[in-house]
Amino acid sequence: MAAITHHGGDHHNEAVHHQYEDIEQQNETYIIGMWSFLVTEVMFFGALFLSYVLYRWAYQPDFYAAHKELSIQWGGINTVILLLSSFTMVLGVHFAQLRDAKKVFATLMTTNLLATGFLVIKFTQEWPAKFEHHLVPGHGFGSNVEHLNGASPRAAELFYTLYFFMTGLHAIHVIIGIIVIGALAMMWQKGKRIVTDDYIPTELVGLYWHFVDLVWIFLFPLFYLIPK
Amino acid sequence: MSAIETAIGGGLQEPQKEPKNYLNVSHTISSWLLTGDHKRIALLYLVSISVMFFFGGVAASLIRYELVSPTGNTLESDTYNKIFTAHGVIMVFFFLVPAIPATLGNFCLPIMVGARDLAFPRLNLLSWYLYVVGGITAIIAMLAGGVDTGWTFYPPYSSMYSNTQVTMTIAAAFIAGFSSITTAINFIVTVHKMRAPGMTWFRLPLFVWSMYATSVVILLGTPVIAITLLMLVFERSFGLPIFNPELGGDPVLFQHLFWFYSHPAVYIMILPSFGVISELIANFTRKRVFGYHFVAFSSLAIAGLGFIVWGHHMFVSSQSMYQSIVFSLISFLVAVPSAIKVFNWTTTIYKGHVRLQTPMIYAISFLGLFTVGGLTGLYLASIGTDVHLTNTYFVVAHFHYVMVGGAITAFLGGLHYWWPKITGRMYPETIAKVNALIVFLGFNLTFFPQFIMGWMGMPRRYHYYYFAPEYQPYHIMSSAGASFLALGLLIPAIYFFKSLNSGPKAPANPWGAHGLEWETASPPPTTNFIETPIVLDEVYDFDPASEYEQEKGTAETYHPGQDLLQDKEGNITQDGKE
Repeated sequence: MAAITHHGGDHHNEAVHHQYEDIEQQNETYIIGMWSFLVTEVMFFGALFLSYVLYRWAYQPDFYAAHKELSIQWGGINTVILLLSSFTMVLGVHFAQLRDAKKVFATLMTTNLLATGFLVIKFTQEWPAKFEHHLVPGHGFGSNVEHLNGASPRAAELFYTLYFFMTGLHAIHVIIGIIVIGALAMMWQKGKRIVTDDYIPTELVGLYWHFVDLVWIFLFPLFYLIPK
Repeated sequence: MSAIETAIGGGLQEPQKEPKNYLNVSHTISSWLLTGDHKRIALLYLVSISVMFFFGGVAASLIRYELVSPTGNTLESDTYNKIFTAHGVIMVFFFLVPAIPATLGNFCLPIMVGARDLAFPRLNLLSWYLYVVGGITAIIAMLAGGVDTGWTFYPPYSSMYSNTQVTMTIAAAFIAGFSSITTAINFIVTVHKMRAPGMTWFRLPLFVWSMYATSVVILLGTPVIAITLLMLVFERSFGLPIFNPELGGDPVLFQHLFWFYSHPAVYIMILPSFGVISELIANFTRKRVFGYHFVAFSSLAIAGLGFIVWGHHMFVSSQSMYQSIVFSLISFLVAVPSAIKVFNWTTTIYKGHVRLQTPMIYAISFLGLFTVGGLTGLYLASIGTDVHLTNTYFVVAHFHYVMVGGAITAFLGGLHYWWPKITGRMYPETIAKVNALIVFLGFNLTFFPQFIMGWMGMPRRYHYYYFAPEYQPYHIMSSAGASFLALGLLIPAIYFFKSLNSGPKAPANPWGAHGLEWETASPPPTTNFIETPIVLDEVYDFDPASEYEQEKGTAETYHPGQDLLQDKEGNITQDGKE
C-alpha cells in the first residue's frame, strides 16, 4: 500500500518524543492514554462496587446496623477536604495553561496538603477506633458486641471487610496521588521542560486526581450514609 | 496499493555493506534490555513466551503420559492436580493471552499503521518486564510445590483449604495481567492517534482491527480479574469473609467475577488470531477480504458480546435458571459474528488465486479447526447438553480446538508470514509445509478422540479411569497425537532458529503482499520507515496493478487467471526497494 512519503515531524522540540510528529499529536495520545488507564481503574473498582451491592442487598439491615460505627462527621469533613483538593487541582491546571510556574507550584502543594490531611484524619480519627472496638475483620472480630449494634457478626464482618478493602484501596490511590502531584510540583519548581512546555502533563495528573476524588464521592454515601 | 517513492534519487548506488536495521543498529545487551523499540520488545516477548510455552508443554506431556494407562500409576493424584494446574496457568496467562498481541501485534501494529513506534515505548518495555517478573514468579511457585486448584482458583478450596502455592501463583497472574493492560493501552492509543497521513480507519489492515478489539477486551476485563484475585489472596491470607461461605461470603460471586474476565479472555486469545487469518487469506488468495467492514465490525461485536456471556460457565452452579437461559441465548448470539468471519474468509478464497504456501496451509487448517471448535461450543451453550457435558473431556476438546487449533495455528501461520520481515531471513518452505501438516494431523489426533470420550462421560481432571477402561483406546490415541503435535511444535523452533544464520536473505516483500509493513526493508530500520508514509489506497487493493509492476513500468490491467504478481518461490521483488 501506500506510497509517497513526506518529511514530517517537529524534530526540534525536545519535549516531543521521537515517535510523534508534533506536540499536538503527543498531547492527544497522552490524553487518550490517560483516559484508557482511567477506564481500567473504573473496572478495577467496579468489581468491588458490584460485590458491595450484592452483599448489601443480601444483608441490608445488618449493613445499616454496622455502619453506625462509622463517623459521619469525619467522613463528611474528608469529603469536603477532597472536594477542595479537586478545586485546587483545577486551579493548578488553569495556571499551567497560563504557564505561571509559581502559582502552579502553590496550588499543587495545596492539593497535596489537603490530600495529606485526608489521610491523617483517616488514619488517626477513623481507623484506630475500629481497631479498638474489634471491628477489623479477621481473628477476634466483633468480640465487643455492643459495637456491632445488633448486626449479625458475619454480615458485619463482611461490611467491614468491604469497608477496609475499598477505602484502603482508595487510600493507596491517594498516596500514589500525593507522590505524583509532589513530583509534578517539583518539576514545575525546577522548570523542567517536559512539564512546563505544555499544560498537558499537569492536566493528566489532574485527571487522575479527580478520579481518586470521584471514587470517594461514591464510597462516602455507600458506607457512611446507609438508609434504614 | 501502489507505491511511488518520491525520495528515490535516480542514480544512487546501494552501499555494499548491510544497511542499518533494528537488529544490527547496536549489539550490546543493554541496548536490548533497555530498548524502547517495539520490534525489539516483540522479539524479547517472542523468546520469553516460547520459554513459558515450553514449560506449559512439558506439563501437557506429563498429563498425556499419565493418561495412557487407566490405573494412573505414574503420578500421585496430588502431583497430577499440580501438573494440570501448571499447564493451565502457564498456557492461559503466560502464553495464549500475550502470544499474538505481544509478539506479532507488537511488531506489526505500529508498522501497519505507519508509525515510528507505539505511542508509549517505555510503557511497552515495562509491559515486558512485568511479564518476565510474572513468569518467573509463576515458575518459582511451580517449583516451590505448585498449585492444585486448577487455573480457575475457585474458592473456598483455593482460599481455605489448599495447602499449596496459591498466593504466589495468583501474584504471578496478577502481575502478568498488568503486563497485558499496558500493552492494550498502548495499542488503543496507537491505533487512534499514530496512524500515518491517509491511513483512515477503513484502510487499516484487519489485523489492526482485531488487535484493537482485543485491546478493548483486555482493558475492560483484566482489572476485574486483578481485583478479584486480590480479594481472594486477602481472604486466604487474613481469613477475611469475601467468598468463603462459612463466613457469610458467596463463592459463586467469585465465579461470576472470574468468568467476567475469563470468558472475554477467550476472545483475547482468539481475536488476534482472526486478525492474522484475515491477513493470510487476503494475501495468499490475492483478493480483498470479502466484506471487509463486516469482518472488522464482527471483531468489535465479538468483543462486546463476549462480555455478556460469562454465565455459560456456570450452568451447574447455583445461578438462577432464568439467568442461565439469558446467558445461553447470548452465547448463541456470539456464534453470529464468528460465523460471519468464517463465511467471509471462505468467500474470499472462492475464485481467489490461492497459493498454498506455509502460512496459507495454517490459515486453512485454522478455518477447519476453528469451525469444529466453534460449533461444539454451541453444544455447551445450550443448557441441557451442557449439564451432561460439564466437566467432561468434551469441554477440554472444545476449548483446545479453539485455543490450540485456533490461536496456536494462527500464531504459527502469522509467525511464518512475518518471519522474513522480523528477521530478514526466509524459512525453509518445504519442511515448513510438511510441518504444517504434522501440526494439523497431530492436533486432530490429540483432541478429536477427546470429544468422543467426553460425550461418553470421561470426566476432566481425573488421572485414573480404571472404573471405565473402555476410555483407554481414546486416551492412547490422544497421547499419540500429542507426541506428533509436540514434534510439530519443536521442528519450527529448530528451523526458525537455523534460518537466522543460514536462511536465504528475505527481500522487502517476499509474498508480493500489500500493507505498509511490506513497504519497508526486511528487517525494518529502527524508525520503521525512512520517511513517514502517506497512504493513498486500501490495504487489500491487490488489483489492477501491483507496486512491482508499477516499479517495472509494466503496469497493465489485471486479468484473472494470470499470475503476474509473484512466482512460485515468491521472489518477485528480489531487487528490493530500499
